[in-house]
Amino acid sequence: MEQDTQKIVEEAEAEAAKAADSRALYEVKMKFLGRAGKVTALLKGMREVAAELRPAFGKKVNELRETLEAKFAALEEKLKKKEMAAKLSGEQIDVTMPGRRRAQGTLHPVTRVKNELIDIFAGMGFEVFEGPEIETDYYNFTALNTPADHPARDMQDTFYLGEKFLLRTQTSAGQIRVMENKKPPIKILCPGKVFRSDDDATHSPMFHQMEGLVVDKHITLCDLQGMLDEFARTMFSQSSKTRLRPSYFPFTEPSVEVDVSCASCGGKGCSLCKGTGWIEVLGAGMVNRRVLENCGIDPDKYTGFAFGMGIERIAMLKYGINNIKLLTENDVRFLEQFKD
Amino acid sequence: MLVPFSWLKDYVEIDVSAEELQNKLFSCGFEVEELTYLGKDVTGVVVGLITETKKHPDADRLTVCTVDCGAHGIKQICTAATNVFVGAKVPCALDGATVLHEGGIQKIKSGKLRGELSEGMFCSGEELGINNDFYEGAEVYGILILGDEAKVGEDIRPVVGIDDYLFDIAVTANRPDCQSIFGMAREVAAVLKKPLKQPDTSYTPVKTDVVVPVHVHESTLCPRYIGHYVKDVKIGKAPQWMRRRLALCGIRGISDIVDITNFVLLELGQPMHAFDRNFLRGGEINVRRAKKGEKIVTLDKKEFTLTEENLLICDGVSGVALAGVMGGLDSEIKDTTTEVFFEAAKFARDSVRKTSRSLGQRSDSSSRFEKGLDAFTPEFAMNRALHLTEKLGCGVPTSYRTDVNAADMTPKTIVTTCEKINSLLGITVPKEEIVSILTRLFFKVEEKGDTLTVTVPLWRDDVDGYPDLAEEVIRMYGYEHITPTFLSAASVTHGGLNEAQKCELKVKRTLQHEGFMEACNYSFYSPKDFDLLRLSADAPERKAIKILNPIGEDLSVMRTILAPSMIANVVRNVRRGNESGRLFELANVYLADALPLVDMPKEKQHLVLGMWGEGDFFDLKGALTALEEAFDFTFSYERGEKSFLHPGISATLKCGEKEVGWIGELHPEVANALALEKKVYLAELDLELLKKKFAKDISYHNLPRFPEVERDLAVVVDEKVTCAEMEACILRAVKAVKKAELFDVYRGKQLGESKKSMAFRLTFACDEKAEKPLSPEDVDKFFNKIVGNLKHNLGAELR
Repeated sequence: MEQDTQKIVEEAEAEAAKAADSRALYEVKMKFLGRAGKVTALLKGMREVAAELRPAFGKKVNELRETLEAKFAALEEKLKKKEMAAKLSGEQIDVTMPGRRRAQGTLHPVTRVKNELIDIFAGMGFEVFEGPEIETDYYNFTALNTPADHPARDMQDTFYLGEKFLLRTQTSAGQIRVMENKKPPIKILCPGKVFRSDDDATHSPMFHQMEGLVVDKHITLCDLQGMLDEFARTMFSQSSKTRLRPSYFPFTEPSVEVDVSCASCGGKGCSLCKGTGWIEVLGAGMVNRRVLENCGIDPDKYTGFAFGMGIERIAMLKYGINNIKLLTENDVRFLEQFKD
Repeated sequence: MLVPFSWLKDYVEIDVSAEELQNKLFSCGFEVEELTYLGKDVTGVVVGLITETKKHPDADRLTVCTVDCGAHGIKQICTAATNVFVGAKVPCALDGATVLHEGGIQKIKSGKLRGELSEGMFCSGEELGINNDFYEGAEVYGILILGDEAKVGEDIRPVVGIDDYLFDIAVTANRPDCQSIFGMAREVAAVLKKPLKQPDTSYTPVKTDVVVPVHVHESTLCPRYIGHYVKDVKIGKAPQWMRRRLALCGIRGISDIVDITNFVLLELGQPMHAFDRNFLRGGEINVRRAKKGEKIVTLDKKEFTLTEENLLICDGVSGVALAGVMGGLDSEIKDTTTEVFFEAAKFARDSVRKTSRSLGQRSDSSSRFEKGLDAFTPEFAMNRALHLTEKLGCGVPTSYRTDVNAADMTPKTIVTTCEKINSLLGITVPKEEIVSILTRLFFKVEEKGDTLTVTVPLWRDDVDGYPDLAEEVIRMYGYEHITPTFLSAASVTHGGLNEAQKCELKVKRTLQHEGFMEACNYSFYSPKDFDLLRLSADAPERKAIKILNPIGEDLSVMRTILAPSMIANVVRNVRRGNESGRLFELANVYLADALPLVDMPKEKQHLVLGMWGEGDFFDLKGALTALEEAFDFTFSYERGEKSFLHPGISATLKCGEKEVGWIGELHPEVANALALEKKVYLAELDLELLKKKFAKDISYHNLPRFPEVERDLAVVVDEKVTCAEMEACILRAVKAVKKAELFDVYRGKQLGESKKSMAFRLTFACDEKAEKPLSPEDVDKFFNKIVGNLKHNLGAELR
């Protein structure tokens, strides 16, 4: 008996070792452990064993079966692993092939910058107000302290639509509409299209501006620069700084031009900033008393500041766009570069 | 405005370099757009004295000269010029020098000319970049022969007046008082904290009996008119120093009297005019509006026909000058002029602007008047002109002056406090500093505690309140003193987009996800664009607002429909080889109730979509479906007729009962006219109408307890039956059918003429309260009911 089981084990090991795959192994397994297998046959022969020896015999056969099962299981696992590896290696794909998707569209660079600006200022408590693009002479000029014979009207070439109507030349027109209807504290942004009779390599007859206005008690020039510093840091780079220098707009007094330190050279001077280290980005100032008066706001009680910037200009600086005309040509090869 | 450095130095002792002055001006509000050193291209050229000349042994046309160049040594120079002689002082460009040559820069090298050594070159005026106004003789043919005062060996640049800097300064519109050399000198003196030397305005009037009465009939248009009579005029050339200054500023010398008026214009910013008194008929001046149709010929021999809008200076008969713009030809200063009537006036800026614009006639004078001149300077300028006349000896100022003055000459005073000024700035500028700055800028300041009573100089029309003073203070004190704060005292406000603005952004985002790129077009286009769309003569879109002064016909009407811009975008893309694309634009159209405009027009937001190269009608429709989903509304599509769309492949879009837009394929004839070989699909929506439906409320529906059951249905129907009709019929048939989605349409001979097969996937769900799932028998029952209804209502046969 001892020899029988030993022999069966050896026999099984030898045959199993020859099995090339899990299927062949299964057949070997059946040959020993299957219904007609050798181990089963041993069990069947138990009847011929003496009654007192049967428990021991049965135990032996069970042990034999367990031994064989363990051996087959180990072998099977090894073979399956090998087979899986072979199968997987056959399923190898070229992972560098393109992914499948619907092409995304894009938002216009002007919209992108406009959204970014709105995000920056909305976080500071600014509401967004969009005034009409066709304005009256009053809102675009007169109320902004630019009466009919004012030389500042020459600063902008205006498209007229009639005696009284024109295409707004500045989003500042929106300031008046807001201040007429809203009392301080006021913090608004007026983004939108503006129009000037200018069409050459660096000017478009239509472009976008973003006007900002704050009116409240005790607003100072220091607050204006503080806010613009924050804007420059968010929009351009954390190390951006602003510089104020005197300028003139009829609706602010004092008026300033605001330069932002050149993000490309960090202020050292490069071709982008023409060696000055600064880039002119926007105009600003303390709201002129007359403008406040025109809107029924007491200038002795309230002060404010306003700033206005060209969105195209910022987009061009930010994305390195070198020709303003690209922004209205709508060439898809241009537009697709502004993917999210 | 051009300002020569040397001229500024007449009034201010400037102890900083031109570059430093440029920076100082920049920080106090005057941007120097260009700073030019006039002598930058002329280097290594010195004064040489010709001590010997001889013929060149090998070249008839060359002369070999020995030249004493002082410290630079004795040089031999060969020249082809014929006007050189022994004893002549000439500009010598030595080895390594640069001079101007035919618009570029030429480098001079020592070398041999036909065997003879030539250690440089003599220069003409042109090679030094000068004309007779800079240096007399500069325009002769040949070499510039210098005067005796030139020192041998000296750098040529100071000798001929090009050792100078020219500042091109941008003056903002609020500072007409700085449109002059002296005006800028005031600022320079203030910024450098130096005293200002006044120009000499003294003269000795000689008694006269002559009177030249001046009648100002329009005192609003001419608030001040000063005339002064000068006798014994002898017209000649102005001296070199004066002509050189005019030349530096780009004005050519004409004659002494005319040059004086130009000089005063540049120096003080006051336009002046000189009339030949003998040509003033009636010996008088009338300042009045022109009569309609009245004519005048100006100095430049141009004739203008005038209207009542033009202010005219007249003698006893007719116009002798266009006020503030240009003098008339008849009364101009001639070589024979013996008596002069000088004019220095203030004309209203609007009047001059209108005249100058409407006639297209601009001058140095009109451009200054348009900026708005003060009423103080005419008198200052007149005295200066008389001083110069006397100094030049070209005429004798008489005692006759007329000054018609309707202008308010009382200086403005502002009462304010240092605290107010500082409260606007946000920093504390010390009181002494405030007073010192204002005083340097010629404000008179009286202090009483913190209160300042400030008298504004007569030439500072722009200053009328404490914020103006705050600006004066900070631009001189320096903006670098501003310390950024972040709304330290302001109230907290809530910011962000309103609902409509958020929706607009959502529309854009939705289309972006559908593969559309956002376009941006001008708000105006050509009236021909309406013809392109083949719109009928009375189409509402043709009622477009016209721009009165457009850049051109192509950009002359405000958009009433966005499609033409989109079509143009497609055409441009296709021409550039962009085979396919999807674009959208969200922009306003402008709709007028009446033309010409009486009331504010309506601005309505439209959305236009364009698609070419890939996809068909249903791909574009899919983008609209995305919008329906995003905003939870439904469009209905009805066959529509648009002149520019394919009659069979186009639809009117409705939302409820309202027509909100259209969609379709660009009409092949329109496409042909644009040479578009690809099919183009377009849609345009009135977003204004949809915005009301933009609010999307999401509320949760219970999940069905039992799974839904799907079943496919294919029927053969008449070609005319639409998908929408089928859908409606199916959904009406039984409550349990939740969805009917078309997934196939088939046409074939076996179906018969004008028949099609339509296959729908039906989704059935049981009632929410149902206790058990739908059985196959239930579904059969529903299915049969649907088939029955389809047959009955639409003649559909099960396939």
